[in-house]
Amino acid sequence: MHNSIYDKRVRISDNVIRVLIYLSAFVSVAILVGIIGLVVIKGAPHLSWQLISTVSSSAKNTFGILGNIVNTLYIIVITLLIVTPLGVGGAVYLNEYAKGGKLVRAIEFTIETLSGIPSIIFGLFGMVFFGTVLKLGFSILTGALTLALMVLPIITSSTQVALKSVPESYRAGATGMGATKWYMIRTIILPSAMPGIITGIILGIGRIIGESAALLFTAGSSYYLVNDFFGHIFKPGGTLTIQLYLSMTKARYDQAFAVALVLIILVFVLNRITHIIANRMNKEKG
Amino acid sequence: MNKVLSIMINSKTKSRVEKTAEWIFKICALFALIAVVMMTGYMIYSGTPALLKVGIKEILFSNVWNPSAANPQYGILNIIFTSIVGSAGAILIGVPIGVLTAVYLSEVASSQMAKIVKPAVELLAGIPSVVYGLIGILLINPVMYKLELFFFKNDPTHQFTGGCNLLSAIIILAIMILPTVINISESAIRSVPKHLKSGSLALGGSQIQTIFKVILPAAKTGILSAIVLGVGRAIGEAMAIVLVSGNSVNLPLPFNSVRFLTTAIVSEMSYATGTHRQVLFTIGLVLFIFIMIINIILTKIIKSGDDQHA
Repeated sequence: MHNSIYDKRVRISDNVIRVLIYLSAFVSVAILVGIIGLVVIKGAPHLSWQLISTVSSSAKNTFGILGNIVNTLYIIVITLLIVTPLGVGGAVYLNEYAKGGKLVRAIEFTIETLSGIPSIIFGLFGMVFFGTVLKLGFSILTGALTLALMVLPIITSSTQVALKSVPESYRAGATGMGATKWYMIRTIILPSAMPGIITGIILGIGRIIGESAALLFTAGSSYYLVNDFFGHIFKPGGTLTIQLYLSMTKARYDQAFAVALVLIILVFVLNRITHIIANRMNKEKG
Repeated sequence: MNKVLSIMINSKTKSRVEKTAEWIFKICALFALIAVVMMTGYMIYSGTPALLKVGIKEILFSNVWNPSAANPQYGILNIIFTSIVGSAGAILIGVPIGVLTAVYLSEVASSQMAKIVKPAVELLAGIPSVVYGLIGILLINPVMYKLELFFFKNDPTHQFTGGCNLLSAIIILAIMILPTVINISESAIRSVPKHLKSGSLALGGSQIQTIFKVILPAAKTGILSAIVLGVGRAIGEAMAIVLVSGNSVNLPLPFNSVRFLTTAIVSEMSYATGTHRQVLFTIGLVLFIFIMIINIILTKIIKSGDDQHA
């Protein structure tokens, strides 16, 4: 009887491991729920129109993050203006022109390396090179140039993935009809890869919004409003994340949680947008 | 009109445009290479003067850090140890949870549960590191302080930290490496060929046996890369742990207030001058070297994985 294959042997170790697997998955979700819950509970009471529409004033003893929001937008726009052409162009070269070899391998290795370098190292390099050597000092431009290096691997690899998913028949078709390579890239390959490129840009925005260590010593922490639209990029400016850190160091946790809530809402919205794009891409393919 | 329609006439300009386009793309691609070479150059250029001035032995192999004394000392050995112990601790906690969650997502979960867990992991990766620090201060530090009071109540030699200690930092780091470990392990597990799994199940292996004796060993390289990437993430994190870890230079014991390579730079760069500032750049160089070693190990692992498949 006991040799029957219908008798299922119950392994205790199997059950223990199964419980551990469920527990791990539960912990991973519980951490997220806990963090978001805490930030919402502690941040929501301090979230107000005044917070996001004014600048902090010590005379009136008020706290506002409008200056930080504007700085964050400046840094996002300038960083993307610098990095998007470089990242997309580099990916086009690697995927459409390059034919292997040492140089390509070196470039691919350095892209990997860039994505592994910690942000504090980018901060040190940005401070020395853009800040001191190029004499840009503590400024939004220094911060944006530093972040451009950080975001470069994100844009490049997203674009590469998107380019790889463009069917080979499109290329064969275009060259067969007599299109030159540049004409084909411009009119067929890049438009087909556009959703992937946009996903890369949004991931880049997420990285910029969350960044602090690379900006602390490059863009500084000023929170004043813009007087001079173009001149502002040569002035120091702290992003939302930097303001959150400063509030923390001053033990103003009420302010910190309010900013944290704003940040988490932004992260959530960006996350949803990437999902919508990804779903649309899958539908088109299916 | 004829001119425009002909494919022959403007072939010269066409080829010039083609060449220019290729060159522009090539230059774009070269930027990553240039950036890494320049960063390496500048890290060495700004990190070595202190080593020459103060002495390699006095910086790397001494554990007395006292930059503002009349006779300043710049030993960073304790800081290096702290970064190593901190990352190891984070890996010890984070990797088992991460790999088991990856197993859950790829092998155990129903598609509905996966639809809840997967986005949660994604969001976890998107939360800014300072927010983790904020949570650490308000949630983990008080708990640690209670533990500290409990353990060291009768120990007059212990310096109380208010809960800002190595253990708090390790917990934060473990949470922060979770998304990296989960995502990479999950895709490694998913890329294990289906016939291995069916073979094991057909021979009478239970689901758990199949996962741990067949699937995970087959996904070894991927999981190993996940761990190495996790180490890189943990050793490079600064803002999440700077206010949580107590920030004084000590031996990396669980309830000591400690300083990491990253937090040493963050906490003193704003006011350091002269030799002190140069030593902070040396700390940056040490961190950079760690990261480069990790990167090279990672490339080796991925390459060995490719060779196996080929």
